[in-house]
Amino acid sequence: MMHNRKTAISAKNLNFFYGKSQALFDVTMDFAAHEVTALIGPSGCGKSTFLRTINRMNDIIPGTRVEGEILFDNQNIYDPGIDVVQVRRRIGMVFQRPNPFPKSIFNDVAYGLRINGITNRVELRDRVEKSLKAAAIWSEVKDRLNESALSLSGGQQQRLCIARALAIEPEVILMDEPASALDPIATQKIEELIVELKADYTIIIVTHNMQQAARVSDVTAFFYLGKLIELGQTDALFTRPRLKQTEDYITGRFG
Amino acid sequence: MDQSLRNKNRISRRLREKIIQSIFFTLSLVSILIVGLIFFFLFNEGVPIFQHISIRDFLFGTLWYPTADPPDFGIWPMIIGSIFVTSLASFIAIPLGVFSAVYVSEIAGHRAKEIIKPVIELLASIPSVVIGFFGMVVVSPFLQKTFDLPLGLNVLNASMMLALMAVPTISSISEDALNAVPRSLREASYALGANRWETITRVVLPAGLSGISTAIILGMARAMGETMVVLMVAGGAAAIPGSIFESCRPLPASIAAEMAEAPYRGEHYHALFATGIVLLILTFMFNAIADHLSHKYRMTESG
Repeated sequence: MMHNRKTAISAKNLNFFYGKSQALFDVTMDFAAHEVTALIGPSGCGKSTFLRTINRMNDIIPGTRVEGEILFDNQNIYDPGIDVVQVRRRIGMVFQRPNPFPKSIFNDVAYGLRINGITNRVELRDRVEKSLKAAAIWSEVKDRLNESALSLSGGQQQRLCIARALAIEPEVILMDEPASALDPIATQKIEELIVELKADYTIIIVTHNMQQAARVSDVTAFFYLGKLIELGQTDALFTRPRLKQTEDYITGRFG
Repeated sequence: MDQSLRNKNRISRRLREKIIQSIFFTLSLVSILIVGLIFFFLFNEGVPIFQHISIRDFLFGTLWYPTADPPDFGIWPMIIGSIFVTSLASFIAIPLGVFSAVYVSEIAGHRAKEIIKPVIELLASIPSVVIGFFGMVVVSPFLQKTFDLPLGLNVLNASMMLALMAVPTISSISEDALNAVPRSLREASYALGANRWETITRVVLPAGLSGISTAIILGMARAMGETMVVLMVAGGAAAIPGSIFESCRPLPASIAAEMAEAPYRGEHYHALFATGIVLLILTFMFNAIADHLSHKYRMTESG
């Protein structure tokens, strides 16, 4: 199982602060390319914060500070010379609640392409279609591309948001509890999609739902109080956790 | 505590709430009643003029000689004056108000915001007579000198002063509209590699557009109904202004300037009240549009 694993992203001694309070403590871990890595842990354990350090989304929250490194493509994305816009173009993100723009379905997906300088109408059309197909929502929206994205159901909106993230062809997709606001059927669709997408993308997913982590991920990292407690192959971590804390959490004794 | 005592207590509490409720209800009725009375008297005092002149001649007549014999009651020059100064004021105030709202809500750092926001709000609290005074003693001579005019009290001066009064309205309501745009939309935009400028112009502004439109309309309504400033700095000529450097007399100025001199319940008096009806209808229209836009805004927000 461990052969030919190429590292896509590594965190090295990462510390994160909201003002004076520290949210992440010395996190070091690698994310393998074309695998799904799940970050689990109780609320407030820092897993979402950690996810958001990987594409520098925390930059837009005033008063936050990062120490340590996130290596992506052999570069530390927190180096002063790094263009954060380029980082986010190559590391896409899907959020906890579906957040489509109040635009048409087509323009929602085309937004990322347009700001990346693609204005050719044929190319826009092709890439929007390709992304909607990749996000398994094309058949549901192909006849209503000019309708408002807000007219879709929650589950459809979330797949639209995935299509929007795929449109700019990132290498990594970060997902912050992408199914927590959805019903079970919509959740199942998202999970199937995640498994399909890992052929082309490296996926890092934060989830509250341990069954979900077990179903979709190859590797699982357990966080507690801002620290990485245990990291391992998902099947091993869920069946034979090495640490007592991990076992207590995954068996539902706390969290 | 025994059962009967508790029951009694509850009844008296319910009674007390009923009384409090009816007091609040009556008080809110008072303001509705007053609005109703204003409407009633305005129409009661204004409508009789139409026994002497047709609605068409009143609205579109270009001559206003209320004390001549026979008198002329055409308010077209005043309507044009109002529309002219309101449009020009909006032309000045909309960019100022909207851009300052964007700056305060999206760009300014915490400290800049702490200074700029209260200052803009302070502008709203300056009495209109002070702004009019400023227009008369500072702006008027400046315009006279700069453009070599015989008179500095004109459409441009009035528009600039009205713009000054509309900016705080437009800016603070626009800012509320921008703040109501969910942070998740901004995050979605940044996560796709958009920079701040792209996020503001392509996501935040379109999402806040209905609220911003409401702000603009309310600002225009304020400019339209403002009396003291136009009375002081518009120049007061009851003629259709040919350029921004000519004097004009918007509707409210006309009423304020002449009401004291119009004989009670004479034709002139009725004509001025009818002018008030026209003004009321115009501002009412602005408010209705603003209300419609803000309603639409809420619907897209919840969707």
